[in-house]
Amino acid sequence: MSAAVTQLAPVPLRVAAVVRETADSVTLTLARPDGSAVGPGAPGQFNMLYPFGIGEAAISLSSDSAETLVHTVRGVGAVSEALGRLRPGDWVGVRGPFGAGWPLEAARGRDIVLVAGGIGLAPLRSVIHAVLRDRAAFGRLFVAYGARTPRERLYVAELEDWQARSDIDIAVTVDAGDAHWSGRVGFVTALLANAPIDPARCIVMACGPEVMMRAAARQMLGRGVPIENVYVSLERNMKCAAGLCGHCQVGPLFMCKDGPVFPFGRVQDLLGVREI
Amino acid sequence: MKSMAELIHAHPFLAGLPEPYIATVAGCARNVVFEAGSYIIREGHSATEFHLLRDGHVALELYSPRGGSKVLQTLGPGDILGASWLVPPYRWTSDGRALDRVHAFAFDAVCLRGKCEADPAMGYALMQRFLPVLMQRMSAARLQAMDMFGAQA
Repeated sequence: MSAAVTQLAPVPLRVAAVVRETADSVTLTLARPDGSAVGPGAPGQFNMLYPFGIGEAAISLSSDSAETLVHTVRGVGAVSEALGRLRPGDWVGVRGPFGAGWPLEAARGRDIVLVAGGIGLAPLRSVIHAVLRDRAAFGRLFVAYGARTPRERLYVAELEDWQARSDIDIAVTVDAGDAHWSGRVGFVTALLANAPIDPARCIVMACGPEVMMRAAARQMLGRGVPIENVYVSLERNMKCAAGLCGHCQVGPLFMCKDGPVFPFGRVQDLLGVREI
Repeated sequence: MKSMAELIHAHPFLAGLPEPYIATVAGCARNVVFEAGSYIIREGHSATEFHLLRDGHVALELYSPRGGSKVLQTLGPGDILGASWLVPPYRWTSDGRALDRVHAFAFDAVCLRGKCEADPAMGYALMQRFLPVLMQRMSAARLQAMDMFGAQA
């Protein structure tokens, strides 16, 4: 982050806004107390968020805003649940941004396929924002998003806005519908079978559970997308986030420093390793 | 006006199939339209046709007396509807309900099975198209059953 959030010591930022997305997920907007720009991270990068006295968690950027940091957090442990309890005006410590982001430069002039599952839409939302901001620089944008249920979809209003646009093709499915759901039901990979893409000129970015990403990557490879054009975002137990402690090491790779975004071909053999 | 062979050749499922095969299977095909809410297939009924969806969406459902109808999967343009016509006893294993107005190609099952048996090379070419779709659906159903987007997944 260019304007002085640091790599190893957390900087206190104010919670400027909290949006409840689902029963267990919130989107936090973090800002400097004096209103000066925090400085952007790149889509796909993450920050270490520190609710004081609880601990740190690695949370991806979910917008490419230059003035504030926007993170969508799902409460699945002590730290993320504490982040979910933050209110506007509260303080949170921030280190970052860390890691390698999505290949937006390589995607210029190409079609883009985004495959998101569950909370995995958050890191890809920043890609959508970046593409829509510079729309003419990219080809067709196809987004496949799978959620568990209709009530567990993120960014519902924004999804509807995207679906109303003609310059983004977004398909949403849920694993289990309900009485009010008239959209698609089925696993997110089912949306890829007839996705309107040119395999030779598209870049695929997938984020979600690893099993989902493996399935999505293989399906796109089956459609003829070259493996070097398929990217996934991995998450392990990130601690220092700077490639020093080794907690997130998988084989020769540090998820925090070498990733979290990787070409699928670089990590596909590591994804099946159960213990290292 | 386009011939049936030209029309079905444009469907993603059959795109690229050699033209003689297209001409052969076109003889088993007809255009059909289903209004929203109507059932295209019903569980237990004879699988006398299968459909290639052109427009609209179909919900595959299972009914239970206690839970009512539950949507297992939805299908859309470019998808195939139904494989039970391929496998004895040729009975549908779920309901298929049109969610909106559905345009499709309907293929007579007896006609198509007969042509596949008469020309095994064509039958094999068609099975090479069915099998990947069915594999993808089985894989997706497994992943769906894992409930991996849940908090404890």
